[in-house]
Amino acid sequence: MEVKVVKKVLSVNDTMAHQNRKYFSDKKVFVLNMMSSPGSGKTSILEKTVGRLLPEINSAIIVGDICTTNDADRLAKTGVPVIQICTDDFGGDCHLAAHIVGNAASDLDLDGVQLLIVENVGNLVCPAEFDIGEDARVVVLSVTEGEDKPLKYPLMFRVCDAALLNKTDLLPYLDFDREAVINNIRQIHSDMPVFEVSAKTQDGFPAWILWLKKQVEKKVG
Amino acid sequence: MHEMGIALEIIKIAVDSIPANLKNPKVERINLKVGKLAAVVPDSLKFCFEVASKDTALEGSLLHIEEIPVTARCINCGNSWTAIKPVFICEKCDSGQVDLLSGRELDIVSIEVEEGA
Repeated sequence: MEVKVVKKVLSVNDTMAHQNRKYFSDKKVFVLNMMSSPGSGKTSILEKTVGRLLPEINSAIIVGDICTTNDADRLAKTGVPVIQICTDDFGGDCHLAAHIVGNAASDLDLDGVQLLIVENVGNLVCPAEFDIGEDARVVVLSVTEGEDKPLKYPLMFRVCDAALLNKTDLLPYLDFDREAVINNIRQIHSDMPVFEVSAKTQDGFPAWILWLKKQVEKKVG
Repeated sequence: MHEMGIALEIIKIAVDSIPANLKNPKVERINLKVGKLAAVVPDSLKFCFEVASKDTALEGSLLHIEEIPVTARCINCGNSWTAIKPVFICEKCDSGQVDLLSGRELDIVSIEVEEGA
């Protein structure tokens, strides 16, 4: 006999993400899910971002990695509250699932925090599939990774609200075609803002910071 | 990369869907829809499913995967099409204001189950 089921395989995650979204709304916190391949510079961008947001916006960070607390140690030096999730404890997962983010968020004191940034596990595939209850998603791509990454990982670039093109200080030394990468992003997501930045020199940061502030203000006022 | 986690979720949902009145239920087939844009590799998923379903009512069952094409519709002119490549620009009016109609599915449609001996 055939038994109709008609259920999303990720429905448990979706339910948890919905609960997270409600919790974050009650706490009046804007949540940003930051994703990229490993080594694109998410942590460096965050180190330079959270200080620039002060004094208008207080931030907190949840950072996900398979192993080590290196990123949390670096980010803690910025003075913002940081929680490191090591997915090794959960089976070495390649992404942060909603329940893991929810557990970590409940360990943070979010009173007075307007922006919670979740630095996801470095991976351009799986994190795109998992809703964590965020308000916006950004993808970081560095200029050392190749112009065709958006075409190779279309779901990631489709589900994100903005892209950061990092390490632009290296452009003089590379055969990287920045017009080609922007054109590739536009084919996947035509109206997505692309911020060309260098976490090392902080070139391009004002536009990125302005965009982020506007997103936070839209939700928490 | 997360196919084992997906396989475990499928097994859990399928086991929970077996009618309680069946004696020694044996699931023969699970019908799954997977969109071409979903971050799932069907062959990896089948492999993980085979390994993870051992010693459950699903052991030896067929995981049938229907791959769903990526279809899109232009918000500007209403043109709809099946995307062969991941390009979401309208072929008719060049607009990038595009809705995805299908391609992100990861759904269990049904299970086929019989009473065992």
